[in-house]
Amino acid sequence: MIRYVLKRVAELVPVLWAVITIAFFLARLAPGGPFDAERKAPPEALRQIEAYYKLDQPLWKQYASYLGGVVRGDFGPSFRKPGRTVTEWILLRLPVSLELGIYGLCVALVLGLAGGLAAALRPDSILDRTLNFASLLGICLPAFLLGPLLVLVFSLWLGWLPVAGWSTPAHKVLPSLTLGALYAAYLARLTRGSMLEVLGQDFIRAARARGLSEARVALVHALPGAMVPVSAFLGPAIAGLFTGSFVVETIFFIPGLGREFVEAAFNRDYTMVIGTVVVYAALVAALNLAADLVTAWLDPRIRLE
Amino acid sequence: MRLLRSFIAYGVIVQLGLVTSVWLQGCAGQPSEPNVLLAGNGTEPAALDPHLVSGVSEHRILSALFEGLATMDPGSLEPEPAAASRWEISDGGLVYRFYLDPDARWSDGTPVKAEDFVYAWRRMLTPALGAEYAYMLHCLAGARDFNEGRAADFSAVGARALSDDVLEVRLEHPTPYFLRMQSHFAWYPVKREAIEASGRMDDRNNPWARPGTLVSNGPFRLAVWQPNDQIRVERNPFYRRADKVRLNAIVFYPVDNQQTEERLFRAGLLDMTSTIPRHKIPVYRQRMPDRLQSHPYLGTYFYRFNVTRPPLDDPRVRRALVMALDRRELVDHVLKGGETPADRLVPDGMADYQPPAGIPFDPESARRLLSEAGYPGGKGMRELDLLFNTSEAHRLIAEAAQRMWRETLGVRVVLRNQDWKVYLASMDTLDYDIARSSWIADVPDAVNFLECFLTGVGNNRTGWSSPEYDRLIRDAYKEPDAAFRMKLLARAEELLLEAAPIAPVYFYRWTFLMNPAVRGLVPNPLGFICWADLWLERGESAP
Repeated sequence: MIRYVLKRVAELVPVLWAVITIAFFLARLAPGGPFDAERKAPPEALRQIEAYYKLDQPLWKQYASYLGGVVRGDFGPSFRKPGRTVTEWILLRLPVSLELGIYGLCVALVLGLAGGLAAALRPDSILDRTLNFASLLGICLPAFLLGPLLVLVFSLWLGWLPVAGWSTPAHKVLPSLTLGALYAAYLARLTRGSMLEVLGQDFIRAARARGLSEARVALVHALPGAMVPVSAFLGPAIAGLFTGSFVVETIFFIPGLGREFVEAAFNRDYTMVIGTVVVYAALVAALNLAADLVTAWLDPRIRLE
Repeated sequence: MRLLRSFIAYGVIVQLGLVTSVWLQGCAGQPSEPNVLLAGNGTEPAALDPHLVSGVSEHRILSALFEGLATMDPGSLEPEPAAASRWEISDGGLVYRFYLDPDARWSDGTPVKAEDFVYAWRRMLTPALGAEYAYMLHCLAGARDFNEGRAADFSAVGARALSDDVLEVRLEHPTPYFLRMQSHFAWYPVKREAIEASGRMDDRNNPWARPGTLVSNGPFRLAVWQPNDQIRVERNPFYRRADKVRLNAIVFYPVDNQQTEERLFRAGLLDMTSTIPRHKIPVYRQRMPDRLQSHPYLGTYFYRFNVTRPPLDDPRVRRALVMALDRRELVDHVLKGGETPADRLVPDGMADYQPPAGIPFDPESARRLLSEAGYPGGKGMRELDLLFNTSEAHRLIAEAAQRMWRETLGVRVVLRNQDWKVYLASMDTLDYDIARSSWIADVPDAVNFLECFLTGVGNNRTGWSSPEYDRLIRDAYKEPDAAFRMKLLARAEELLLEAAPIAPVYFYRWTFLMNPAVRGLVPNPLGFICWADLWLERGESAP
């Protein structure tokens, strides 16, 4: 097991190198540069700025020097935001995105698992159909629509929760719901499906025959088996929750990394874009690895080596 | 083992319940502090170093933190004393002698000295810093040579501290708007000790402009900067008129999403916004007119023509296109934001400027001009592309223009929508036929608009060039007689409109939302807010 983990971690190195390289050259290939503006700066100022950020050097030299920096843990200065380094920006903003992602995950797990279980235990009941409809709605409603809708109802009409911001616990409710809703909907459908499948198997019939209570059969015997596909889904889902929060961060004015990333891409802030991409890539890779390990732990039939 | 796994799974669920309950504690929302103004401020500022920024959102914050030698009366835009209590102008408008206010202090309590201004301007002009707005200081004698690396000795630049309180400035040529320019951040003083304690003076990444190290001389001082969350400035007790400043603090929120900003305002979490979503303007006008602020603004929305490509190399074609644009209809039925239709480049409200006749909406003449150019009813003319950067409003205007040109002239136009940076690159390389554009005044002077179309300057972006036009603008730079200078500029604009490398569309308005509890704001066409004059009268009306 340890060997497997080490092997997977070692595999990450070429992956991250490839990500840095692709991100570096793709960013440079995009038309326009970080210092293009509607009010064009005088050529002399532009020349000085480009020299400062070494943009006047050949591309391979810039690449080599950037790669060297990354190895030392230095993502360089932000091109568009002088006075702070990219590492500093990432350290400032990543925790917010992670916090939002964790809350979104909680929403997804609580609503998704509970909904899926309830639906699976009473198949074809009114409850099942209602939950089915709700999950369909969750899948269909994009965050940019669901977010403002929730704000309209819970903030502007009812006045229960703040419109936007990220300071008190109350501020975090609507963004977490908006972010988690889609994953909750998927999870509910997945849990329902895999629970129904497990509940139909022989060992469940055997458990019932032993006279165990229905709750014990469902929760102790069926649920762990039903969690296998769910846990496989959770890896990419968590990565999606951590890295895909741009829309929610924008709607709710949350100082997370998603907004920074998109803004940097629009501004051609090369170092910021690549730095963020590397962090995201590392996060996705780590979470996928974690999901694989959890799946293996839950299902002894999966042999890792 | 299974029991253990299930136990862990349920443990997680119980934990989630606990987290949720913790969330809901303290749901009261944000406490509102007395006398603290909450202002939406558009995008996150790139920096708060006055020498390294160029945007409107930075300008708003910096104008609360710093002040220049002179400021402007927000109503009349006439120069008023600020860090300098008085000044003398001599030598035909070439020499200014400023006498600093003896009460002028930095936010650390030390006096503001004439040398601080010299130091600031030297830093701004130092080539290695690469300050994008350094060209604003090129009216100082010798500044351009120093900034462009042709001279290394700053003592040749026309800025000298005669004593701690007296600053002498020598200009390259008379600049009637020199005093008005002093309220622009490019001219603000900075404190040498504050900058050099954090790093080199010419290092773009010197981190001095942060809470704790940023020293400023304006009515407020920087207290908190949480990136993409808030910037809080608090009353500066050392400010020369600290007793007149009525707000305790201003919190600037960098809310870049207009809809979010409007929702925050509606929920009472902002006292003023930086802008308003266009589709909300009629709603507020009808239901809450006391919250809607809409004022004339020194900005022009226009289309550029790429004059290097046929058929747009023919001025008759360009003028025909301008004349076929019904700008009144555009403003009244497409934009609906109260803008003024534009028939020329320089907007109304420029001090002492008498604009020439504009290019009217005249479909008959437009058709005649187009046939004279060899394209009767648009026949024989190739399809033109109209480039704009991604924005709903730009698209609406472009679609209306497309329809007008097709119906009036038979000219076919295709719309080309590009991301901001790609759009800028396309304009810079003249890879377009027609491109949407705009210009907002830095200073209230016609030359600020007209100099964009000098031959070969970076802001020209049309390929248009006229030696006569260049001469008029350069003569205007040197002209000591203010009235004659205005005539030169008006003649230059007349030439520009005759050649029509641009199609003026509309003059901007400064439109935003403001809680009626905010008092003391004097609207002006520069969108200049004198933060020290604002105060709040809460209680009588909250949104």
